[in-house]
Amino acid sequence: MTEMYRSQKSIDTDPILDVRNLTVTYRTGQGLVYTVRDVSLQIAAGEIYGLVGESGSGKSTLARAIVRYLADNGQINSGSIKLGNTDLLTLPMSKMQKIWGSRITMVHQDPAAAVNPSITIGEQIAEVARLHLHMSSSQAREKALEMLRKMRMPDPESVAKRYAHQLSGGMLQRVVIAIALTTNPELLIMDEPTTSLDVTTEAAILDLVRELLTEYNMAVLFITHNLGVVANICNRVGVMYAGEIMEEGTVRQVFNHKLHPYTRGLLGCLPKVTNDKRNVSLSAIPGFIPRMNHLPSGCIFGPRCKLVEDDCQAERPSQVEAEAGHFTACRRWEALQSNPDLLMDVQQVRDMDEHEEGPLVFTASNIKKYFDVTASGFDSLFKQSGTEIKAVDDVSVGVRGGFTLGVVGESGCGKTTFARCIAGLEEATSGKMELEGQLLPYTVAKRTSAQKKRIQMVFQNPDASLNPHYTIGDSVSRPFVLMGDLSKEEIQMRVKELFSAVNLPEDYINRLPHELSGGEKQRIAIARAMASEPTMILCDEPLSSLDVSVQAALINLLIKLQDSSKISYLFISHDLAAVRYISDWVAVMYLGRICEIGSSEDVFLPPYHPYTEALLSAIPVPDPDVQQERIRLEGNVPSPIDLPSGCRFHTRCPRKIGEICEAQEPPWQDVSDHHQICCHITLDELRTMQSEVIVGQADTLREVR
Amino acid sequence: MATMQINQEYIQPKYLAIWKKVRRNLLTTIGFFVVVLFLLSAVVGPLVVPYDYAEQNIEQRLQSPSVDHIFGTDEFGRDVFSRVVMGSRSVCVIAGTGAALAVIFGLVIGLIAGYWGGLLDDVIMRLMEVMMSIPGLLLAMLVLFSLGSSFYSVILVVGFMYIPVVTRVVRSVVLDIKTRAFIEAAKLRGESIRYILMREVLPNVLPHLAVEASMRFVYAIFMVASLGFLGLGVQPPTPDWGFMVSEARPFYNNAPWIIFFPAASIAILVVGVSFVSDGLRKMLLPGGVSSD
Amino acid sequence: MATYILRRFGSILVIVFLASLIIFSITQFLPGDVAQLVLGQFATEEAIANLREEYGLNNPFYIQYLDWAVNFVQGDWGNSLVSRMPVFPMVMSRLRNSAMLAVVVLMLYVPFGILLGVLAALKRDKWPDQIITTISMMFVALPVFVSSLLLIPLFCHFLGWLPANSSILPDSTFGEALPYLILPAIAVALNSLGYVARMTRAGTIDVLRTDYVRAAYLKGLPRRQVLVRHALRNALLPTITIIAMDAGMMIGGMLVAEVVFGYPGLGRLLLYGMQNQDLPLIQACSMVAVALLCLANLIADLLYGLLNPRIRVK
Repeated sequence: MTEMYRSQKSIDTDPILDVRNLTVTYRTGQGLVYTVRDVSLQIAAGEIYGLVGESGSGKSTLARAIVRYLADNGQINSGSIKLGNTDLLTLPMSKMQKIWGSRITMVHQDPAAAVNPSITIGEQIAEVARLHLHMSSSQAREKALEMLRKMRMPDPESVAKRYAHQLSGGMLQRVVIAIALTTNPELLIMDEPTTSLDVTTEAAILDLVRELLTEYNMAVLFITHNLGVVANICNRVGVMYAGEIMEEGTVRQVFNHKLHPYTRGLLGCLPKVTNDKRNVSLSAIPGFIPRMNHLPSGCIFGPRCKLVEDDCQAERPSQVEAEAGHFTACRRWEALQSNPDLLMDVQQVRDMDEHEEGPLVFTASNIKKYFDVTASGFDSLFKQSGTEIKAVDDVSVGVRGGFTLGVVGESGCGKTTFARCIAGLEEATSGKMELEGQLLPYTVAKRTSAQKKRIQMVFQNPDASLNPHYTIGDSVSRPFVLMGDLSKEEIQMRVKELFSAVNLPEDYINRLPHELSGGEKQRIAIARAMASEPTMILCDEPLSSLDVSVQAALINLLIKLQDSSKISYLFISHDLAAVRYISDWVAVMYLGRICEIGSSEDVFLPPYHPYTEALLSAIPVPDPDVQQERIRLEGNVPSPIDLPSGCRFHTRCPRKIGEICEAQEPPWQDVSDHHQICCHITLDELRTMQSEVIVGQADTLREVR
Repeated sequence: MATMQINQEYIQPKYLAIWKKVRRNLLTTIGFFVVVLFLLSAVVGPLVVPYDYAEQNIEQRLQSPSVDHIFGTDEFGRDVFSRVVMGSRSVCVIAGTGAALAVIFGLVIGLIAGYWGGLLDDVIMRLMEVMMSIPGLLLAMLVLFSLGSSFYSVILVVGFMYIPVVTRVVRSVVLDIKTRAFIEAAKLRGESIRYILMREVLPNVLPHLAVEASMRFVYAIFMVASLGFLGLGVQPPTPDWGFMVSEARPFYNNAPWIIFFPAASIAILVVGVSFVSDGLRKMLLPGGVSSD
Repeated sequence: MATYILRRFGSILVIVFLASLIIFSITQFLPGDVAQLVLGQFATEEAIANLREEYGLNNPFYIQYLDWAVNFVQGDWGNSLVSRMPVFPMVMSRLRNSAMLAVVVLMLYVPFGILLGVLAALKRDKWPDQIITTISMMFVALPVFVSSLLLIPLFCHFLGWLPANSSILPDSTFGEALPYLILPAIAVALNSLGYVARMTRAGTIDVLRTDYVRAAYLKGLPRRQVLVRHALRNALLPTITIIAMDAGMMIGGMLVAEVVFGYPGLGRLLLYGMQNQDLPLIQACSMVAVALLCLANLIADLLYGLLNPRIRVK
């Protein structure tokens, strides 16, 4: 049945990769698990096919099945995979190995792990050239240099002689791509190639891939969880859910028409740079991805779908070609097609007060945190002293009651260290912190128990936030036990209240952390932080390890709690859209300093600090119609041990005006009462040279107001 | 669409699953019974041995194993079976107590060094490194030789010698645990250091400690036996397997049973405890393949 | 790299110094008075007092230590209390014999330990792995004198291949000594073999799971090349540290083996010194053992640094 309609699918040229009705299983203790079911996809030369899905959707298994590199307990049960005219599934393994690295190459998620630490970069490229292109050693060395040059690598001769630990993540990913392209493959599989990279590096890598594609006429399978990246780089996209493709089409077809409720759900989960919490709420998808060994009957998305009918659950829907080349596995696609806002209209306007200037509950002035990298004890006798890492260098912020201050910046900018200094987990080197008018000691050990209760923290990694040996009820009740004056029944009651506040069922109380999903653990971490009724919660990248649908629910939860208990957040993230959405004020950090601070709508509109401008232009916006200014940063973030003189950003600043940037520290300039920029360029000049990075944003904002 | 259902025939039949489990744990089970047997003989030994371990009987010397003397007799006519059973007593008690000492001190020192870090940690770990720079057996021999060898001094030496190893294991686990967010959350809500160490850190150290303790028991037996062989273990007349082996060497050719039974006892006990230790590791630390 | 070497060398010097302090202190508790020991039971009070003065035994502890340490560094290791001969040449000739034994031990267990460990890792959870891990578990803590007693009947009495007694002339050449070295070496090597095999297995399994090994396979490289060039290079790096960590155990094992087989090495000299309460001999043998262990660690550190680009290239 599926085969029949597939044959109607029109592809102009013969596809390079042709996967039909592929089913992949894993043998596990619970029996066979069907991780990929009946998946078909075709990719033509010169096409980037984006395969997008949340964790557990089977997208990586699909990629591994295509190259027949499954784990020992994995097996391809049915279907066919063709590369050009070669049927990959009937090839003996020895022939398949000849295809690896020559006709099909792969780029993996973590470049630092994918490059061998004890072989030089040049040799790792050259060995492919020798093996598949049958080159001599000297030819292969030359080829390696040529590939590095093509990757726009500065100084390829020296890079070729280096080892992995001497290169940054972005450079390593270029090396991995260089290895993958050396043999001019027919198919390139990229599995989350930019996930571990910073947003500016990600943008540069995506630019590179786009450019290279014009030179190498290959098919690209681009696997990612990031819809923004898909909108940015792909031609076609397949949305995968629990092992099946839900919707497939060109990027514009899928993003603009969204003919599957899951696609609409995913896009509804994403905070947009144009939105904030005052005008729309995020529409999280209820429920969970089904366990692969307990699949629902009928439509697998049925249990979570708002449009579900009895018929949906009776039989598994087959894919329908809604328009030329646009397929959906939803029986009710016509309803979706006729109403583009269906399922997307949940964006109700929140009833939140506009900037009612509350009192400052917390101020940090001139906070510095220098780490001494000098070794202690015996080793110091043999090591040069006096090297310091200036992780946080003279940062001042204020947080108002019931408000959120967002801190954004790339990894290594010092945002986490700053939060840890406020929490007292790191001892600040100097500076002053005041909480509700009281001077706050540097370390948590020196703070009074009242002060400790007032500042709490939610951590990045949900798996590490709960002690694996205690039930989550124990973890949440412990702050109440510490208060000392509550009876067992009262504690029990308060814990139950908190469970309902973070939307967790009460019968979870006796569960152990390993029985919870990442999102649930993070809810418990929030509940625990809320227990002592703090003034401020420091959220250190609380969303970064979670899937988008879970992120949305958590953001909604944080906002709901803020609305009801007037709590303040210091919200740290590298995700500008999330920060824009959740924060009232935003501080942009670079190399231990704030370079721009202001109310969140102002920071995201010109004039910008050049760094903010670059960050914004690098955001992958999940909308193929949005036009973005293309501003790319050169080089790597300098080492915090050896900071640049003058303006710290001058080494990479695309708008550098001259020697003054290298010689003098830039001044703070007031754009308005609630917007300051630290730059040598005058505001007027900034205004004339800059336009809105993300076009259409100002209009949306004006409309909403 | 039949393929969508979980294929039941791939679930193994029950007897196969049970057999796999037993096979996986076969060595552990064997080890467990060996250890129980030896501990039992250490505890009830005096009640069951047929002869006094020190009773000499020149007329009965160098008798090969028989119904009267199932392990035969030695050069003084003493019953080898009685001596082997009583020897398990000193080995188990000395090695057990020594290992326990090492584990307790190693735990405390490791917790302190790992949790506080800084200069204290540096000094402690350097001292441990110094201790480990003297080969273990040599250090034990020097101390026992200078201070005199007795039941208690052997325990102390064995215990002291393995402190650095346990400390290193505990410390490395603590270093890993203490940066976890749940420890930081505990600090933030104002828990005392005592609570954090005992209730948050310790439960996470215990599985590693249990595996390490069993390993220390193995090495302590090894050490006690070796010291006994060199004549630096428990002093006669208390029977000691290592010393029994060394004493019996001149009679190797005409009365091999005197040497065989104590030597075999050492081998079986060491291997048995090793199997238990490995089972513990697989059970308590399922993630790691590292074995040290 | 230079600072790394300097740092390791410096801290090893500090450790040797502290260890020498420990050894000197412990030996001060030796039963009996040194002067009495030297002069024998029937010496006069006066003669003993004179000798105490001559040997500096009345000086405070730290002076005694300094004297001893300075002399020791200069190669003046004192005279044996028993034979009255200088200790230094005595120890050195035994050290040569022990070194010969050590070479054979290392040649036996390093290659085989690595080989078995890698093999077990490649056949993980299959029968070769089960056998190798079980056997290495059995070997790892079997006291040397026990394994010797298993080996002697097998190799000497049953097969008749090797001599059961290794009491060779102290100045035999390596070639002459070799047949006598094999059996004690096997007995010592079993412990270390088990340990190295287990740790190499663990290290190799870790490396086989890395992304770069997967990437190497997916480059299309033949399996052998992936294993040798990409996996083993990184997997065997920690093995260097492991062999050094095992050196203390190996020295102890050699000591016992020398006693069991009557081999004239440093271990037997030490035990002889102890039996005769020969203080300078005990101190010298102990210090040589400590120095050897530290040297092994230093070599391992250097080798590790040399083979690890993270340390070699900053």
